[in-house]
Amino acid sequence: MSAIKETVQDHGQHHHKDLAHHFDTLEQQHDANTLGMWAFLLTEVLFFGGLFAAYTIYRYKYSAMFEEASNHLDIKLGATNTVILILSSLTMALAVRCSQTGNSLWTGRWLLITIAFGLMFLGVKYFEWKHDYHIHLMPGKDWSGKDWWHWQYAKKAKDMEKEAHSKGSAEHSFPDRKDVLADNDPSLGVRGIQESQQARLFFLLYFCMTSLHALHMLVGFVLIGIIAYFAYQGAYSPDYYSPVENIGLYWHFVDIVWIFLFPLLYLLGAHMGH
Amino acid sequence: MATTEHSTHQPAALSLYLLTFGMLMFLTLLTIFAGFQNFGMWSTPIALGIAAVKAALVVVIFMHGYSSSPLTWIIILASMFFLTIMLGLMLSDYMSRGWAM
Repeated sequence: MSAIKETVQDHGQHHHKDLAHHFDTLEQQHDANTLGMWAFLLTEVLFFGGLFAAYTIYRYKYSAMFEEASNHLDIKLGATNTVILILSSLTMALAVRCSQTGNSLWTGRWLLITIAFGLMFLGVKYFEWKHDYHIHLMPGKDWSGKDWWHWQYAKKAKDMEKEAHSKGSAEHSFPDRKDVLADNDPSLGVRGIQESQQARLFFLLYFCMTSLHALHMLVGFVLIGIIAYFAYQGAYSPDYYSPVENIGLYWHFVDIVWIFLFPLLYLLGAHMGH
Repeated sequence: MATTEHSTHQPAALSLYLLTFGMLMFLTLLTIFAGFQNFGMWSTPIALGIAAVKAALVVVIFMHGYSSSPLTWIIILASMFFLTIMLGLMLSDYMSRGWAM
């Protein structure tokens, strides 16, 4: 362990250079820091909790359309991002570990690698959002109920094809869109609009939840960058690494949010196999 | 008074972090596999169960829950408690009233 510098404080007592005056020991200081960070994370849990609550209620009410809407998201991209984010959590854990063992150089390096993985995540997200936008999944003026209809029609036609196959008949009709709609329910017009609105609600929640998550990552980049700078300056030691530990807690929290978002947004309708 | 003692939190073994990462990867694959199965009404509980195990691994290992103070654990558990209240009471309200939408 490196030499511990001591300074003479106003009480004439010797304090460790990193020990704030109002704490008795470094351990007490560390525990207080951790406690404070967790108290902040508690408010974050409830902050995201509001969106999760909205999701829960509408998922409960419109479960069928949520499953269908979920099928428009790309599971491969979502899974890739899950792997990238968990990798970034690992590198963050390694950064904290290096700060605990007094390896300032690698603390800084692992932090920068963590930012790199975070940027990769947002890069994937950028192309994903762009694609979502182009296929009119973005709620608002550009939301296209018409496109939604086309997709519903294609699905219906596919089901009819399957049905024909199961009956053993080689030929199946691929009827007019009107017939498909009229075939099912006389009030399909009204129901169709409702379904379109329910699907739109899913995408509203998808965009809100993923962008709030992405916003947290952007904030994380700035904070991790600052901590990495101080790590390279040699500001942290096995006696004092709370800032690294706390930025780690923040980053792992962001990871946990994604761990829940991935199955709730991407995997709802996977079993339907479109 | 010279306070030469350092924080008692010893760094965890490197292998523990790698093992945790491996388990998180395995559970990610498991949740994708489960997503493609039709478990009916159990799909969401299964997905959330796997996510909860993953979250627990992150909290206990990566976030050093294993060496956190009891006071910190009160905060950790309080966050889940309040989230449960928010989701649980809202859902019980919606599920029991049968409001027409």
